[in-house]
Amino acid sequence: MRKTLSLAVGLLIIASLVLAAGTALAAGTLTMGTNAEFPPFEYVEGDDVVGVDVEIAAEIAKDLGLDLVIENMAFDSVIPALVSGQIDIGVAAMTVKPERLNSVDFSNTYYNARQACIVRKDGKVADEETLAGAAIGVQNGTTGDYAAEEYSQTIERYAKALDAVLELAGGKLDAVIVDAPVAQNILDALGNDDLILLDNIAFEDEFYAVAVPKGKPDLVESINKTIDRITQDGTLDAILLKYFPATEGEE
Amino acid sequence: MAVFDQWWAAIQERSVAGTLGFWESIYKEIYLNFISDARYMNYLRGLRVTLIVSALAAMFGLALGILLALGRLSSARVGRFRYLSWAAGKYINIIRGTPMLLQLLIINFGVFGSVKMDKIFIGVITCGLNSAAYVAEIIRGGIQSVDKGQVEAGRSLGLTSSLTMRLIIFPQALKAALPALCNEFITLIKETSILAYIALTELTKAADYIRSRTYSPFMPYIISGLMYLAVVTVLTKVIAALERRLRQSDTGAGAR
Repeated sequence: MRKTLSLAVGLLIIASLVLAAGTALAAGTLTMGTNAEFPPFEYVEGDDVVGVDVEIAAEIAKDLGLDLVIENMAFDSVIPALVSGQIDIGVAAMTVKPERLNSVDFSNTYYNARQACIVRKDGKVADEETLAGAAIGVQNGTTGDYAAEEYSQTIERYAKALDAVLELAGGKLDAVIVDAPVAQNILDALGNDDLILLDNIAFEDEFYAVAVPKGKPDLVESINKTIDRITQDGTLDAILLKYFPATEGEE
Repeated sequence: MAVFDQWWAAIQERSVAGTLGFWESIYKEIYLNFISDARYMNYLRGLRVTLIVSALAAMFGLALGILLALGRLSSARVGRFRYLSWAAGKYINIIRGTPMLLQLLIINFGVFGSVKMDKIFIGVITCGLNSAAYVAEIIRGGIQSVDKGQVEAGRSLGLTSSLTMRLIIFPQALKAALPALCNEFITLIKETSILAYIALTELTKAADYIRSRTYSPFMPYIISGLMYLAVVTVLTKVIAALERRLRQSDTGAGAR
């Protein structure tokens, strides 16, 4: 009896392992890891993950002749998933940073962003000086998180940027630091007049790129080719225009 | 710690080149996720928060759970206590029927949506309110497992019904419920990990934080997991000792 039982358990374990392995990287597909909490770069619309990054990844997959599969995960899981081989590329509005280069390689950059600081109009933070030591909300592991560490020890790290902004609106945080396009998008979506963007804090320029596991120069090269192509033939501009309607009249 | 840094320095170059052996790469993971930058302090600070929240929530949950259990059993009463059983039953049903994560989010973003409140306090409230529902059912089971003859004996000695409950029924009920209560406390300790969701840096969030800095797929979770395991193992031993002590009176060999 005992033998049969352990045999059955053993078989169950093997079967689940085989099934799990079967769901990992299937041939003929390009699996993209992203965190669909970052509009307009990636967010969920209906049942689908959409956004600037998804369209760029679709172009990359098209040039490689592969089907794009999207894995929606926590932002701080994207690089670990690349390291452990669960996804092929990370396209998640990810800034090229030296710390990240220890774990992954990056393609050429496709977007220039900055951090933005959201505060309450009547709150205590109004400039760089008052930001120091304030209670700052960020999304865990983002460049906003790194930037916040320059200013304060009191950092609350959320899984979603939106949660941090809601806590700010509720008076529980003094500021939220997040990528500027996302900040604008969240503010537009919330329509809360108490929240404003500070424009007097000098954050560094940041460049988004596609993250690729270490040791895959061919993949990096073909992604770079796609990025060059969509930059030159106007596809990238069209994608950006589609998701940043506010900038439409400017060009 | 200098020796660990030296070991790391010896393999760092080959780490970037990606030519580490099996044991070397395990050392790399442990070094990056536990030793370097005094990261073990992140875990210990997180562990402290986890322990504080667990202990306070367990006390709050136990107290409220006992009240709920008594309320639930007061169905025979009339007048003042008429709705007590009904309300306790509804509370237990709602708490047990909805995920704790949703309860946490509702309490954090709803109830305390615009009140600046310590996240530890919110954690204690959420975990305590949740645990109370389970504790209530455990205590109720314990009380109902005590032989009816005990009530009759107490009443025939001239004790009021509340004195009978306090002096005779409840101590026996608590003893019967102890293994299940222990189970609940263990569950509670581990469930505080959902507080990571509201950015309280407890043990699980500490691992998340380290992971977002070292990009290790899972090593921070292993380290956090070992810490949970250690805490639960110690708690299990303490409760087992307590049970042994309480069992002394069963055999008649214990102190009288």
